Amino acid sequence: MLSVRDLCVSFRTEQGEALAIDHVSFDVEEGEILGVVGESGSGKTVSLLAVMGLINDPNATISGSIKLRGRELVGMRPSALRKLRGGDMAMIFQDPMTALTPVYTIGEQIAEQITTHQKISKRGALDRAIQLLAEVNIPKPEDAIHRFPHQLSGGMRQRAVIAMALSNNPSLLIADEPTTALDCTVQAQILDLVRRLQREHKAAVVFITHAMGVISELADRVMVMYSGRIVEHATKTEIFRNPQHPYTKALLETIPPLTGEKPKRLKVIPGAPPSLFLRPPGCAFAPRCAYRFEPCIRVPSLEGDRHQAACFKVHPPHG
Amino acid sequence: MIYAILRRFGQMLFVLVGISVMVFAIFFATPGSDPAARIAGRNASPEVLEAVRKSFGFDQPFYMQYLLMMKRIFITGDLTSFVNRGWKVVPAVIDTLPVTLSLVVGAAILWVVFAIIIGVVAAATRGRWPDKLLMVLGLIGISMPVFWLGSVANLITQSRFKDTWMFSWVPPLGYVNFTESPKGWFLALVIPWITLAILYIGLYGRVLRANLIEAMQEDYVRTARAKGLSETRILLKHALRTSLISFVTLFGLDFGALVGGSALLTEVVFNLHGIGKLTYDALLSLDLPIIMTTVLYASFFVVIANALVDVAYIFLDPRVRES
Repeated sequence: MLSVRDLCVSFRTEQGEALAIDHVSFDVEEGEILGVVGESGSGKTVSLLAVMGLINDPNATISGSIKLRGRELVGMRPSALRKLRGGDMAMIFQDPMTALTPVYTIGEQIAEQITTHQKISKRGALDRAIQLLAEVNIPKPEDAIHRFPHQLSGGMRQRAVIAMALSNNPSLLIADEPTTALDCTVQAQILDLVRRLQREHKAAVVFITHAMGVISELADRVMVMYSGRIVEHATKTEIFRNPQHPYTKALLETIPPLTGEKPKRLKVIPGAPPSLFLRPPGCAFAPRCAYRFEPCIRVPSLEGDRHQAACFKVHPPHG
Repeated sequence: MIYAILRRFGQMLFVLVGISVMVFAIFFATPGSDPAARIAGRNASPEVLEAVRKSFGFDQPFYMQYLLMMKRIFITGDLTSFVNRGWKVVPAVIDTLPVTLSLVVGAAILWVVFAIIIGVVAAATRGRWPDKLLMVLGLIGISMPVFWLGSVANLITQSRFKDTWMFSWVPPLGYVNFTESPKGWFLALVIPWITLAILYIGLYGRVLRANLIEAMQEDYVRTARAKGLSETRILLKHALRTSLISFVTLFGLDFGALVGGSALLTEVVFNLHGIGKLTYDALLSLDLPIIMTTVLYASFFVVIANALVDVAYIFLDPRVRES
């Protein structure tokens, strides 16, 4: 349904050209949840902002192809793209505290999105907003539409944001770390909510997170990103049972075990991800990798059939 | 709500009392400002000085003099000038009120409307030529002193091009009562309005542009884009409303100060006998009753303008409503 091919996003900066996304290709099928994992700065958010057409930095260059139900989004007229945005594809952001305009009520903001994309009266849009708020388990939705964002808790605001994103029944929902800013119990509720709504609306969901725990709860497939590239891509069970890329393995090892002896120290991955300007010439993870060997001075391509990994250890270089 | 109004009123009283005491103290503490000597004129004999002192009440203790002056401003309203004996101060101040209000309100309408247009257009075309052009014009507007601009305007409309088709409609300098002739009132004030407004248009336009550009970086603007709203709607509906808060704060301060007498330069240049001109003349002759009355009047307007700003906040920002 969504098909991204050779997506590159680069930013012109004072220090030179920064390639934030380097030839990223992936697909999202109807009704599945794709988890995208990676550290901060790995390009997970930027690549999906590019899908939404929300990178409006004049210094950014986007190339490659993004197709939503066969329609090319790269280079699409802004007005046409705007019709899809908030309509057929919607996005939820990380921080619910700042994601809503402080001076309008929840109802007004949801109704605004509905009337932008559908021919419907203001009253009808508000009624639909009440329905949506009920659907995301906000108590007394008919009162909640008259509330301003600051009058709701973080969890309630995130529900309102989700309700807003779903208001036009999008077929693609992108969730950018929607639970990171919330506390644990609320996180679990929001995750349940996303899963339930995904089933009810039969939407495809791309879930961006840095928490492997969230991925294991929610995703059907997992894409691991590192320094603007995809390093591993497989089904969730595959990733958790049989991680191939050393980075994925290291990420999984950072999850503290729930059973058995308590580790003395939590595991960490030594080093830090490379800056976009000083990306090593070969495999970007090589400087932090315990398994590195000579071929790693070249960039490994993403290889494999159903379980893809970009590592010479897994797929030795040809010839 | 009633509590808020009462509190505001109490605050105003406090400000007025404080300011009046301070003006009074400064007047008598100014070195060499023996008021009796000023009134009696140069070379006055000691007997005359003594007589003046007695007749103006300067021989009484300060607090009595202060209380008497307050009583004559607020209760009997018959305070007279020290310089022109018999000239009643309170009616004189009230007479200037329509002049200053006409000038400042008209200019304020101009500057709010044009500053919003300029700020929005510049923010929408950020970095492109309309933005650059408007910001340069704004800077020029801010840089031109109002007395110079006013004089140039007079030079053009009252002398050089007075008889051409362009400016033949401009009436001679001075104020025309609205009740006398609404048209004459309007024509007499057009040039002063523009002159006074230009500085503020530049200033407010730049402030609004900066606030709008800042607001456009906010998370909620990204959400609004993700909703599929057009850039125009995002700018006008989501960014402008939150940006107007600091605009309104500035406006309250400037408007209060202008009504209180800061429009002096414009008033002098265009020969409008407003509160600023009155205060200025009184300062030249150290005429305490007038200075006292105009200063109290000015502080009253500053406090009122701030109260109005608070009301505006309540409309603009729901977060203020509960506190």
